[in-house]
Amino acid sequence: MKKSKQFWPFIGSALLVYIVIQFLISVGILNDYHTNTLVFMAINIILAVSLHLVIGITGQFSLGHAGFLAVGAYISAIVTMKLELPFIVAILLAGVVATLAGLIVGIPSLRLRGDYLAIATLGFAEIIRITFLNIDYVGGAAGMQVSHLTNWTYAFICLFVTIVVIVNFTNSRHGRACIAIRENEIAADAMGINTTYYKVMAFAIGAFFAGVAGALYAHNFYIIQPQNFGFLRSVEILIFVVLGGLGSLSGAVVATILLTLVSTFLQNYPETRMIIYSLVLIIVMLYRPKGLMGTMEITDYFKLWRGAKGGKQHGK
Amino acid sequence: MEWLQQLINGISLGSIYALIALGYTMVYGIIKLINFAHGEVFMVGSFLGFIAISVWDFGFFPALLFSMGACAVFGVLIERIAYKRLRNATRIAALITAIGVSLLIQNGVIYIRGAQLITYPEVFENKSFMLFGAQISTQAILILSVSIALMLILYIIVHKTKIGKAMRAVSHDAEAAKLMGINVDNTISATFAIGSALAGAAGVIFGVYYTKIDPLMGVIPGLKAFVAAVLGGIGIIPGAMVGGLLLGVVETTVNAMGFSLWRDAAAFIILILILIFKPEGIFGKNTREKV
Repeated sequence: MKKSKQFWPFIGSALLVYIVIQFLISVGILNDYHTNTLVFMAINIILAVSLHLVIGITGQFSLGHAGFLAVGAYISAIVTMKLELPFIVAILLAGVVATLAGLIVGIPSLRLRGDYLAIATLGFAEIIRITFLNIDYVGGAAGMQVSHLTNWTYAFICLFVTIVVIVNFTNSRHGRACIAIRENEIAADAMGINTTYYKVMAFAIGAFFAGVAGALYAHNFYIIQPQNFGFLRSVEILIFVVLGGLGSLSGAVVATILLTLVSTFLQNYPETRMIIYSLVLIIVMLYRPKGLMGTMEITDYFKLWRGAKGGKQHGK
Repeated sequence: MEWLQQLINGISLGSIYALIALGYTMVYGIIKLINFAHGEVFMVGSFLGFIAISVWDFGFFPALLFSMGACAVFGVLIERIAYKRLRNATRIAALITAIGVSLLIQNGVIYIRGAQLITYPEVFENKSFMLFGAQISTQAILILSVSIALMLILYIIVHKTKIGKAMRAVSHDAEAAKLMGINVDNTISATFAIGSALAGAAGVIFGVYYTKIDPLMGVIPGLKAFVAAVLGGIGIIPGAMVGGLLLGVVETTVNAMGFSLWRDAAAFIILILILIFKPEGIFGKNTREKV
């Protein structure tokens, strides 16, 4: 019951954010540069939230998220540029094909744990990247020209759907099964949870949304090249999730917004940006290994605050 | 005798992978951490060797020793600053820190000197002779013998000295080793020092053999060396040597068959196959998980 009380305010505030920003864009207060930053932010949030489902909720350490991003980007580009179908078809197809890729990667590699899983997913992502590098149909190393179709509306709708699906998944019995796997896989297994099934499921859902983000990404930057989807890109997404807190969706969103702003300001100094990123990563891991927010959500802080002021306690 | 030529090229490349893989495997064996920064130690070693040879006019062997020594110190510094606090942290936290250290070193070097390539000075005249119809350069022979000598020294250190015994004890059971009066912290630092020295040596050898070095050169060889370590059975020293040589030979074979763009994928395909079918590696023993 508690969750459904949060649901409508969430829809309302999301709609409000959308309308305000769309208004500012159409009036011209936010120029193309700002809009582009906002779209890029939305793409990064989709990526961070989808990886959050895999790492934060299910506890499966994946270093290959950029691989699914690449699959989504290339599939959507083929759909719009070569087959000349509408953009919405491209987004959906990108998600579906990325899900298939997620299943192909996930079913064998999710039998592994911890470090080995991380390395296996990294290996798969590299294989995906090298495969695109070797397919002449999509331009090989030179990359593929893509027309600019992503706008604030598309980005926002995708972002909204991603967050709603992942929040609802987390709060469902499937989500609780995933959290049980994160907390203790052996115990979850002993309680009768089909651990492989849930791990693959979370992985496939994560891959779906990474594919959607790939479609938006491809149609926002005019050109896609295999080098954009390397190991570094996976690490970048990982940083969003880790910094926000492993297991906190709102933490991931906040961290993504902050880091995207920082990287936009430091666009012309890529080394400085990466030095700051890596220092932040090391310092957070050394002094606050659970990330900025741990497994807390922003709404939990409101409750704590209300509780501290002597408000109504939530009882069961 | 084309294949003999390719085999020799493969073994030369493989011995570089093996030297890097040894550091990975030793560190993993002792603290169960994939030290992503190891590839960067290799890169730094290569640059130090370059400075020693071209700026200070060192010969090959003094430069090799200098680079090994400096990398050993560097490796211990990384361990003391970044990893020591994380001994009891989760594996994921340690892995993320290692990735962070790796990015920091890469971009630190780029920040200091830019990302451009440099060409290693020639330290040997590159003579070559024919053997059974294959053209073999003296450089390849020298590099191979240096690698083998380093591996032998490592074997002696690990199996015949006191510190080697301590390393084996700590990797077997750190708690029990502590109870037996072994200084675990120093042993771990020594492991990092030895592993990093080998990576430094590999860096100099790589520079001399392939002549082009740049700040991002450590990433791919680092990952491949890790594949080599997994292939041989991670934590097992002879495994890393065999894995490295095998990987080098496979890569040159793929290259010689005309799939040069797929060369990098070959290593990762091997990695995934080995992880799926025999995750303990060629030399590994299957251990059961305890609840």
